[in-house]
Amino acid sequence: MKKDNKQNAVPMTMIQALRSAMDVMLERDNNVVIFGQDVGYFGGVFRCTEGLQAKYGSSRVFDAPISEGGIVGAAVGMGAYGLRPVVEIQFADYFYPATDQIVSEAARLRYRSAGEFTAPLTIRMPCGGGIYGGQTHSQSPEAMFTHVSGLRTVMPSNPYDAKGLLIAAIESDDPVIFLEPKRLYNGPFDGHHDQPVVPWSKHPMGKVPEGYYTVPLESASVVRPGADLTVITYGTMVYVSEVAARENGIDAEIIDLRSLWPLDIDTIAASVRKTGRCVILHEATQTSGFGAEITALIQEHCFYHLEAPIERIAGWDTPYPHAHEWAYFPSPARVADAYRRVMSPDSAATVGQGGA
Amino acid sequence: MRQNTPLRLHVPEPSGRPGHATDFSYLRLAPAGAARKPPINTSAIDTTDLAGTLIRVLDDDGNAVGPWAEPIAPELLRKGLQAMIKTRIFDARMVIAQRQKKMSFYMQSLGEEAIGVAQILALSKGDMCFPSYRQQNLLIAQDVPLVELMCQLFSNDLDRLKGRQLPVMYSMREHGFFSISGNLATQFVQAVGWAMASAIKGDSKIASAWIGDGATAAADFQTALTFAHVYQAPVVLNVINNQWAISSFQALAGGESNTFAARGVGSGIASLRVDGNDFLAVHAVSKWAVERARSNLGPTLIEWVSYRAGPHSTSDDPSKYRPADDWARFPLGDPINRLKQHLINLGEWSEQEHARTQKEFEAEVIAAQKQAESHGTLATGQTSSVATMFEDVYKDMPWHLRRQRQKLGV
Repeated sequence: MKKDNKQNAVPMTMIQALRSAMDVMLERDNNVVIFGQDVGYFGGVFRCTEGLQAKYGSSRVFDAPISEGGIVGAAVGMGAYGLRPVVEIQFADYFYPATDQIVSEAARLRYRSAGEFTAPLTIRMPCGGGIYGGQTHSQSPEAMFTHVSGLRTVMPSNPYDAKGLLIAAIESDDPVIFLEPKRLYNGPFDGHHDQPVVPWSKHPMGKVPEGYYTVPLESASVVRPGADLTVITYGTMVYVSEVAARENGIDAEIIDLRSLWPLDIDTIAASVRKTGRCVILHEATQTSGFGAEITALIQEHCFYHLEAPIERIAGWDTPYPHAHEWAYFPSPARVADAYRRVMSPDSAATVGQGGA
Repeated sequence: MRQNTPLRLHVPEPSGRPGHATDFSYLRLAPAGAARKPPINTSAIDTTDLAGTLIRVLDDDGNAVGPWAEPIAPELLRKGLQAMIKTRIFDARMVIAQRQKKMSFYMQSLGEEAIGVAQILALSKGDMCFPSYRQQNLLIAQDVPLVELMCQLFSNDLDRLKGRQLPVMYSMREHGFFSISGNLATQFVQAVGWAMASAIKGDSKIASAWIGDGATAAADFQTALTFAHVYQAPVVLNVINNQWAISSFQALAGGESNTFAARGVGSGIASLRVDGNDFLAVHAVSKWAVERARSNLGPTLIEWVSYRAGPHSTSDDPSKYRPADDWARFPLGDPINRLKQHLINLGEWSEQEHARTQKEFEAEVIAAQKQAESHGTLATGQTSSVATMFEDVYKDMPWHLRRQRQKLGV
């Protein structure tokens, strides 16, 4: 992990790190503006923008009507003017009314105008489950965005990356969908929901430089080097994959993609060619999920190095349930089962239609 | 006593269908000069009456009357008339070119020429228009070289959009003309965002948003009104009510027993309803709204009452859903004829000058077409390099697009 040692690093939660990123960019670039539901005076329902309006004024940081299409549409217009809007959709589950503005407008503006107009906007969305959020406070809609030409989709898994990636996203001249796993806002979470949450202050990635730095887009991070198999994941599942490896004595090489699309194919391919085995983990539903794209890419790039079928562990193909949260959320046990299947594919039960 | 009569779904229908004349009494017309002119700092609610009537300046004899009649330099009127004539000739010629398969598609603005022309002449350099696909007159009135437009239509090797966009989806930043999208209404809220940006930066530029009657039914229309009102954005919100959205009569968009201007008042925006075929009214009202926006007094919504005289597009046949002689019977007439009559009354124009102007523009359009065609048409396939297809998706080309470009062998 590349860190800027010249700066004073202090403990921050992911919330504080994201706020710090916006603070830094509001300070550095007068064209940065922040708006969304409850982000102004109140400081955001997750406190991510607390204090920013008081510091920079209500023409830089302001509240918006409850209209996702309006928030993103206005941001596209501001981008065309020359501003660098950072807007918030309160929950990723509520981006759908803005779909037309995201897919038809923000993503295509540079292309269709041959670069005359651009949409250098960042759309922050808290995402992911594991919080008893039920159907509309738990979704992971990243595949809705990775499928769209012209968008960049990013998801951090720790405070250090959250700040560095958010600054990089704000500075990017391409539209960036910035997904924030809300389960990780206050501390890492490995899926052991019956154990107390450990705060970010106890985690090395919870030390965050106070000033400006970036974590480059399109760069994955090898969070745990290993020889047995490669795990490709992002967001909360980074910690689930780690604990599943540790508890089961599996020497997994765990890759946190950080940038989902465009992604860092070199890091992925080098790892899978080395280990010959691969497990892909995400919270989102499986069918046509982003894991399918990663599976296809690995098949293309690493076919002759593969020693076992690629495994995908994902959310079930159902809406996100409330009471059955922990049967839905990919658990360390489910992940460990996948590791074992990949390590000895010959002994794994054959899965046919209707099979187990 | 309780009556349980069966409920009945109401589906609005136009009074005129092929073979039956339209009853235009639904239009809520008013005589020229009758509508008052409010102060530019009027409150939205005080424009309720103006959203329900019709602001007109030119009377049936082509004279300018009433409070909205104001001194306009004859040069500006002549410029406006010329731009309208040029737009109409350009449109007619491009329809022929489409029939000759030099382009895949075209959309005329026949009958709606006054609105964009008169408004762009009331805006200033640096203001930004967010047009729909029927505002080519915003460009033609600025004397944008016709070759530039045609190269886009032909998708040829001089097309600045590199063949990526359907014909008429122009983008000309330097002329204050935002990139057109095929997705309706999206630009309406973007215009509000652009205006908010201008206000955030303490700039003096304003935005001009454009939408048709049909597209007001899209969510972004109401969203734009809400945002414009909430943030008092310096924007002119133009609704062109040409009575038709492809085959759908404006009643189906919500125009029955209501006006589109009234929707603005309901959203807290000063709103006016104006004769869109009356160049003088369009110019005066546009100037009023522009001054209001530029003076930090907030947004204005204007419903321009006009008529889509031509087919919706080259893919459309209006004789399948409306009377063939509908435009001839439309009470607000032809914007070119009406301004022409006014200028003749003023002694600033003549039939001879009109005929000569038409001839000159025809020659100009033909010459421009010849020049544009020398760079190719869709039929000749002389386009920008295929390799450019992969450019501008992102600022810098990511690895996967470089790879796909190599696979295509370009």
